[in-house]
Amino acid sequence: MKGSDTVKQQNLKTWFKSGTPWVWLNAGAVSIAVIMTLGLLAVIASRGLAHFWPADVIVADYQVPGQAPRLLAGEVVEMEEVPRARLAASGLPVNAEGGEFMTRELLKVGNREVYGADFSWVVGEWLSNIRTPAELVAIERREWGNFYGFLVNVKEEGRLVAEGDAAWPELQRRLQRVDALHGEIKDVEKHQIGRINHGLERLRLKTRKLELEGRLDAAAQADLAAEKAQWDAEYQVLEARLGELYQAFNRDSIRVRTADGQELDISLGKVVRAYQPNGMSQLEKIGHYFAKLWEFVSDEPREANTEGGIFPAIFGTVLMTLIMAVIVTPFGVLAAVYLREYARQGVLTRVIRIAVNNLAGVPSIVYGVFGLGFFVYVLGGSLDRLFFPESAPAPTFGTPGLLWASLTLAILTLPVVIVATEEGLARIPRAVREGSLALGATKAETLWKIVLPMASPAMMTGLILAVARAAGEVAPLMLVGVVKLAPSLPLDGNYPYLHLDQKIMHLGFHIYDVGFQSPNVEAARPLVYATALLLVVVIATLNMSAVYIRNHLREKYKALEH
Amino acid sequence: MQSESHTHGIDLAALGRNKQSLSLADETVALEVPGLNLFYGQKQALHNVSMNIPKQRVTAFIGPSGCGKSTLLRCFNRMNDLVDGCRVDGEIRLDGQNIYRKGEDVAELRRRVGMVFQKPNPFPKSIYENVVYGLRIQGINKKRTLDEAVEWALKGAALWDEVKDRLHESALGLSGGQQQRLVIARTIAVSPEVLLLDEPCSALDPISTLKVEELIYELKSRYTIVIVTHNMQQAARVSDYTAFMYMGKLIEYGDTDTLFTNPAQKQTEDYITGRYG
Repeated sequence: MKGSDTVKQQNLKTWFKSGTPWVWLNAGAVSIAVIMTLGLLAVIASRGLAHFWPADVIVADYQVPGQAPRLLAGEVVEMEEVPRARLAASGLPVNAEGGEFMTRELLKVGNREVYGADFSWVVGEWLSNIRTPAELVAIERREWGNFYGFLVNVKEEGRLVAEGDAAWPELQRRLQRVDALHGEIKDVEKHQIGRINHGLERLRLKTRKLELEGRLDAAAQADLAAEKAQWDAEYQVLEARLGELYQAFNRDSIRVRTADGQELDISLGKVVRAYQPNGMSQLEKIGHYFAKLWEFVSDEPREANTEGGIFPAIFGTVLMTLIMAVIVTPFGVLAAVYLREYARQGVLTRVIRIAVNNLAGVPSIVYGVFGLGFFVYVLGGSLDRLFFPESAPAPTFGTPGLLWASLTLAILTLPVVIVATEEGLARIPRAVREGSLALGATKAETLWKIVLPMASPAMMTGLILAVARAAGEVAPLMLVGVVKLAPSLPLDGNYPYLHLDQKIMHLGFHIYDVGFQSPNVEAARPLVYATALLLVVVIATLNMSAVYIRNHLREKYKALEH
Repeated sequence: MQSESHTHGIDLAALGRNKQSLSLADETVALEVPGLNLFYGQKQALHNVSMNIPKQRVTAFIGPSGCGKSTLLRCFNRMNDLVDGCRVDGEIRLDGQNIYRKGEDVAELRRRVGMVFQKPNPFPKSIYENVVYGLRIQGINKKRTLDEAVEWALKGAALWDEVKDRLHESALGLSGGQQQRLVIARTIAVSPEVLLLDEPCSALDPISTLKVEELIYELKSRYTIVIVTHNMQQAARVSDYTAFMYMGKLIEYGDTDTLFTNPAQKQTEDYITGRYG
């Protein structure tokens, strides 16, 4: 016995000595990290992406004990097992006998104007006669959320056009027309009238400026009046056109009936799309899914951000990150070059380095406060006083906006760029620098022609880290320029095209807003996941492109192999 | 490889050593060092070195590691300025002008006194851009001039035939020996007066070494060449004059044949017969 024990001990000892346990430990740590990352993505993706699938809509009899039965129609969103006692405690007339658990289902019943809420919890055991009628219609609307029910007829200016079986194809036909009209209305409202408003605003500012400078004489006034008259005339035309469009837009309507028999009229102008989820083939469902997905990434939000797309947020995030990169790179590189190449290495440079490294650890909200206090109020306020006195008291740059958000993030990420660039500069072989100097190049020429290009992959590494950090940052942005709904994109066709003073939408803030500030929590939840997934995708895309550029540069300037 | 076989047949004796007597006293002086001291911080690295480097001859510096031969070489184009805490006391005259005088244009000095380093250090650019680098620095950007300079310099460095079809490919794709000859081409492209070679063959294989040695022989008709080498055979093969340094002092300096066959100093004899170093 004793002998075998010592042998075992010996074996254990050699096993430890062989290093195998450490390999296992390391491999285990890596696998856990990988599993956690993949799991995170999988959860976000499954929760977020499933939202766009046109699930079957059930119709069922719902019989709450002791009440009259009623018909329900809706999408089953969630299903959970709940202890019988808890249901009873919440005041439901639950039968005391039976299994310990009952199922509870969350139905998306839509029809908010009829039922008051889009979602409703029902007890699964009380549902009976569950069916999925093919002719059931789901209607996505521009307001009041989805409608679930049956199509009765289609009307044009109150006149009956089609009913019964003919109604559905007629509706689809007319929806196409409405869609085209909607596009036209949007174009008129957003672009053409937007342009006129922009022109009028500039005219107003010009007038005010002349007034402030005391140059608003009769001639100038006449000029301005003429210009204004021109804009006004243009506006009259557009307004009339818009009126016509709206009339045409709201010409048709449909009559629909809910599952429990209430009938109502819906103007076709309010309908985004109508589909029969139960009657769709798998292929049609896939088509519908991708249409919805495309709408999500390419369209503007509707209904307090709980419907429609999040394109402005994607756009805002990317644009802000790019502007940040444009600001932070030159500053970071210049600082690093000075610190590494020109500054006398001593106590002072060491202190500066430590300070820079510590800046990277300052909580981001602190940068937000600084951005608000310094950039927005001090810098922006001064800019307004100096350059935009005509728009006072309304602030131009003295209010949170795209420029300040980008600038705040630029300071936030500056340390990363400085440190990475410095490391890159330190890695350039001395021999190459000497080679350049020995040919009669000055230090500046050597830096510019040899050292900086060779250090460019390191700069890109810094930029990658900066982008990764900046694109996901939310807290400071809430203070310096991100809002829940921006009326227009910061980049458009109106001079000066890039509006640095505008407020923007941002994916990170959008998640917060939709998830926690939304009146319609159930509708918003899948969107939170979908938006989170998109944020990850956007950051990954930004990073991948930077990594691609860096690898390209690395190949080009690969250090001498010694 | 045509060119490779060509070097195999080289006869070292025929490397042009004309054994007739050479004498430092008869030579035109290119670089004049009248008593130079150099300090790294507190430590003195060169002790009162005095010597005249003859024009259009090959002068070799030999000596054990750390004897100061590279340090001395790097004084000639003021590369030592880049070393923190390095202080030079004394003068070096290039064509009679002290290169350590106030207001000396160091960049211009380095154009006139080119340098080739121990390890080949081509820039991560194309072969063409490597050669024209020094010219572009001088503001010469005319394509015709540059094209001519590239061909001339690469031919001068015996590299033209090997690379003329891939001038715009990266210089990093060349072999070590080719890279070193490219660096020499790059250096002669700016038409220097003096070429400083700091152990130019120490990182090269024997065949590349032969090619570079052959090149040194060809170049000496046009340039004053100073070469630092660890390899005494190499010094004996390529140089006209040899200086032996030891512990920061110039021990003996004279024509190569005399120094190797009949050294005046005991230390020199000990070194060349391999008793230390």
